Amino acid sequence: MDTSFLTTRLDEAIGWARKYSIFQYPFVTACCGMEYMATACSHYDVDRFGAGLPRFSPRQADVLFVVGTISHKIAPVLRRVYDQMAEPKWVVAFGVCTCTGGFYDNYATVMGIDTILPVDVYIPGCPPRPEMVLDGLMKLQDKIQNQHATGVRPSPEPRPLIPEP
Amino acid sequence: MNPLIESVRQCFPDAVAASHTYRGDATVVLRRGSLLEVARFLKEDPAFQMNYLMDLTAVDYSTFGKRPAPAFFPSSGVSVRPSPQIPDEDPWPGPPGCSRFVVVYHFYSVAHKHRLRLVVPVEEANAEVDSLSSLWPAANWLEREVWDMFGIAFRGHPNLKRILMYDGFEGHPLRKDYPVKKRQPLIGPSN
Repeated sequence: MDTSFLTTRLDEAIGWARKYSIFQYPFVTACCGMEYMATACSHYDVDRFGAGLPRFSPRQADVLFVVGTISHKIAPVLRRVYDQMAEPKWVVAFGVCTCTGGFYDNYATVMGIDTILPVDVYIPGCPPRPEMVLDGLMKLQDKIQNQHATGVRPSPEPRPLIPEP
Repeated sequence: MNPLIESVRQCFPDAVAASHTYRGDATVVLRRGSLLEVARFLKEDPAFQMNYLMDLTAVDYSTFGKRPAPAFFPSSGVSVRPSPQIPDEDPWPGPPGCSRFVVVYHFYSVAHKHRLRLVVPVEEANAEVDSLSSLWPAANWLEREVWDMFGIAFRGHPNLKRILMYDGFEGHPLRKDYPVKKRQPLIGPSN
């Protein structure tokens, strides 16, 4: 797209505003939630990054934090929460279970939420340290800053299918 | 011999198939037909008063002894077999009978502070036992879990449907013949 001086300045301003006013939706299902709470509380103070206001309605949230193991049973619920969020929206996979399934490889567990949702930032770890979470949050801020003002992003690459045994 | 086992054997000589006290845990192997009768006795008899159903689960013995015991963390020092230094006067007699499943009940008496384990062998062809949910309400969800994971039905259960897996899930995942790699996702690819 042809970008003039004015529109690039506008993009920067909107990106700056968005990245410091992240309203997150914590989708907490497992033990990573403790680490999420540690990050959110005063010691690590996620509010320094403008992400201190969790919204428990997907319609008011910008970033979906998927914190903890996702089972096949809850996968449609997670997808529905994602679908209810208004654009622009971002997804953070918090912990190794949401990234890849982690050490679970069984009948019950989704092997990474990127099989059902587009994911922007992966924070591995079992659970990740709060420093890692803050690092992931800053990477997400960079991504938001560099995103075009319309919030349109390229659709994620489909994950290769593992053939049925 | 454990006095609880002695007492159950005296009251129900035909119902008890075997018994042992492996490492001090009293276990009675029952014939399937007499489960409800013995369970009601255990709950209501003043000498037993088993008013707390601690656990209800099942075991699939179909591959027992056919594969080497898995040692998942051989370098961690966790021994798969108990240490020989622990005395083992009354060894574990192995799986009861040749039936594929057993249903296991763990009872505790809050009044008398004693425990008893009931083991009921169940054949694969007729995988059904009597429900204990009329005696212990806690049995309701536990029996649903056993039905969900092992496919053992409970006669007289008020609401025998899946509790952990979703509707539409086929098979019973803790059966040893459930394929390890089989996936039944509701949305998305099969991993």
